[in-house]
Amino acid sequence: MKSQKWSSSKMESERRVLSFFIFKWASCYDILLLMGGDMIVNILIRLTWHLLHVTIHLCYFAINIANALESHLISKGLLRRYKSLHISKLQYLAIVIESEDCRTSNVIELLQWLADLGVKHVCLYDKEGILKKSKDFILEKFDGATLFQENDVLLDQPLMTLEFASFSDGKEVVAKAANVLFMKYLKSGSTSSYQGEQIFTESQMGEALKTVGGNGPEPDLLLVYGPARCHLGFPAWRIRYTEIQHMGPLKSMKYGSLIKAIYKFTMVQQNYGK
Amino acid sequence: MLREDIIIHIFSGWRSFLRKCLFRVLRVGPIPSHIAVIMDGNRRYAKKKKIDDMTGYDAGALALLHLIIYCMELGVKYVTAYAFSIDNFRRNPEEVQKIMDLTMESVMLLTWISKLRSVRVHFAGNLQLLSADIQDAAKRLMESTAGYKNFVLTICICYTCSDEILHAVEESCKEKWDDRIGIMGYDKGNDYERLIKVVDIEKHMYMAIAPDPDILIRTGGEYRLSNFLVWQSSCCHLSSLGTVWPEFGVFHLVWVVLDFQQNYRYLAKKKLQL
Repeated sequence: MKSQKWSSSKMESERRVLSFFIFKWASCYDILLLMGGDMIVNILIRLTWHLLHVTIHLCYFAINIANALESHLISKGLLRRYKSLHISKLQYLAIVIESEDCRTSNVIELLQWLADLGVKHVCLYDKEGILKKSKDFILEKFDGATLFQENDVLLDQPLMTLEFASFSDGKEVVAKAANVLFMKYLKSGSTSSYQGEQIFTESQMGEALKTVGGNGPEPDLLLVYGPARCHLGFPAWRIRYTEIQHMGPLKSMKYGSLIKAIYKFTMVQQNYGK
Repeated sequence: MLREDIIIHIFSGWRSFLRKCLFRVLRVGPIPSHIAVIMDGNRRYAKKKKIDDMTGYDAGALALLHLIIYCMELGVKYVTAYAFSIDNFRRNPEEVQKIMDLTMESVMLLTWISKLRSVRVHFAGNLQLLSADIQDAAKRLMESTAGYKNFVLTICICYTCSDEILHAVEESCKEKWDDRIGIMGYDKGNDYERLIKVVDIEKHMYMAIAPDPDILIRTGGEYRLSNFLVWQSSCCHLSSLGTVWPEFGVFHLVWVVLDFQQNYRYLAKKKLQL
């Protein structure tokens, strides 16, 4: 009896020791599994993210191939609907170019295409002002253009008018115009009656912008030549209702894509809020 | 189904689980801090579904509700929606009144949501153009949620960017008026020192509450900003979707965010250069 008791207690203790080690081992295993499992989940998540981006790249690759083919057909005149462009609808065209891609040879070629299409008034914008610095060179190399003067009216002219703009023509010019309005505000003498009422009108703001050289025409269409679809700080007051088209990098510009962008613009109907 | 039931339905169920998994994958890459939307295409949606315009707007409001929830789950901190432009007052007065009624209903719903999820609600625009009851409800909601910081929803109502700039210039003039001592007689022909700076104008903008948007989505297949956040969108990824607003869903949001992530480095570089 005594030996039976002893053997059962020994078994019990052995069972406890075994359970303890199994538990310990299981805990370590669980921890390792959790760590490994968490790592596996993270790896899977990252792989899925990369897969999604590869899918996006492939989609854009396919779209670019299709666009390149269409552009080729348009420039050969094989697509009927692009043959007649109602270019008169495009009064003023703005082109935003990424400053790092501002090769003057590409710019001059683009201007030549626009001149061939009959575009009369163009604004060239780049954020850093590189095009502004090269304006004399561009005007010299491109015969068919003159510099846009602020008081120029948008009429049909024999030569294309070219305006050059940069980031400093945006917010800073609005601040200058604000100071013009502030001077008027000071000279008026009284402020107590202005509490809660509108002091200035949009036309007064327009006049003030004109005074400081910032009231160029509002472009009908803005073409962005750069890696991303972004207007890069083009003067805000001028692109409130402007159609914005992204054309891709300037170095891979295509004549057919230009025609297509202008064609799409001519087909747009704007309600202006109505 | 009551809107509250819809919200509870969105937050629960297997769809919510799958969505959270998808957003977990997206969060491997950079997530935009601020998304702005131009909710275009409600009337076209109504025409397509052969329903009346107001039901179309109702569907649009529901789509916005979904977007808010998706953005909260994704980790976007600011959402701005272009609900009603000053230009929209040119519409049929009956239509405008119905939109105002929908706005009032939306303010009530936002009051409920803001308590549920600690959402700060801000109304950006010339609120004096609204009726007194909507103005009061909007102001009460703004005051009651001013302390919440986790998520900021801005509803642009009676808003245009040109009005915003004008308002900011007026407020800057009023602020500078108090510093006028020593300024009188400063106007020496055209040679004046800049008194109002860009930073003064920006701090008085209706949108000063939020940073510049990272993504600006326009639905309805249009490619213009229609006087929305033109000042703030210098380095913003502009995304134009062919789908009409009421049909905007989680996969459209995923596509837009993936597109943003593709261009993130370039846009972040441009922002730093500002």
